[in-house]
Amino acid sequence: MIPLSWYMGLAAILFAIGTYGFLVRRNIIIMMLSIELMLNAVNLNLVAMSHYMDSLLGSTLTLFIITVAAAEAAIGLGLIIVLYRNKKSVYVDQINELKG
Amino acid sequence: MFNQLAFLYCASVITGTGLLAVRFKNPVYSVLAVLVLFVHMAGLYLLLNAEFIAAIQVIVYAGAILVLYLFVLFLVNLRQEVRMERFISSHRYGMAASIALGLCLLAIIPSFTIGAKGTYTIERITELTHTKAMGMELYTTYLLPFEIAGLILLIAVIGGLVLARRENTNEEVAK
Repeated sequence: MIPLSWYMGLAAILFAIGTYGFLVRRNIIIMMLSIELMLNAVNLNLVAMSHYMDSLLGSTLTLFIITVAAAEAAIGLGLIIVLYRNKKSVYVDQINELKG
Repeated sequence: MFNQLAFLYCASVITGTGLLAVRFKNPVYSVLAVLVLFVHMAGLYLLLNAEFIAAIQVIVYAGAILVLYLFVLFLVNLRQEVRMERFISSHRYGMAASIALGLCLLAIIPSFTIGAKGTYTIERITELTHTKAMGMELYTTYLLPFEIAGLILLIAVIGGLVLARRENTNEEVAK
């Protein structure tokens, strides 16, 4: 029997990795990929709690989170294509025309 | 014993590929590392008796979303990460912040206490099968959120169409 805290620890580590990727990387596609990692960490937490609490709420919520992640990926990648068409770059360091 | 070994294997692969994904210089390698991560995440869901979520994880995440990422990577056609002057030099701060966040999250885990248990015990779920149990929950208790999820997908379809459309009508009019 695996304790619940193992799953929660793994989810915390994965969330921290996602945060690191989002803060450090400058390629906007990799930044969105890091957001997917964070969403997966939350999903793991929800499914683990759903299993250990004998409830299906966590699994159901995970299904909705996957839906929202798919929508976010579709629209975000569309935005990235528009950005690349206009600026010829996907690096957020080169998109700094609003600096004061 | 087998469950714990499987968990440890999946956890180590997830942590390793996660770190590799945010460290690789080539974005294609990053996406492939995340693909391995998602498949092992599906393995963890199988350990948790959530076979429907595991299937959805493989089909939607590994099959659809990552292929979308790969297509966009091929469209923007970037070989390597370019070295450039950073607008904000945040590498050290970002690493410190994420490590601190991870330690905080790990530190608060022991204070978590499980609340009231629900009615879907493991025996009931294995008797019903996870897919049927989730379908019954989705179409009765969570019917309105289910419809709203459909609306979100519709908005994503329309948004993707509008965003990726090439607008050259204005230029033709200007000429």
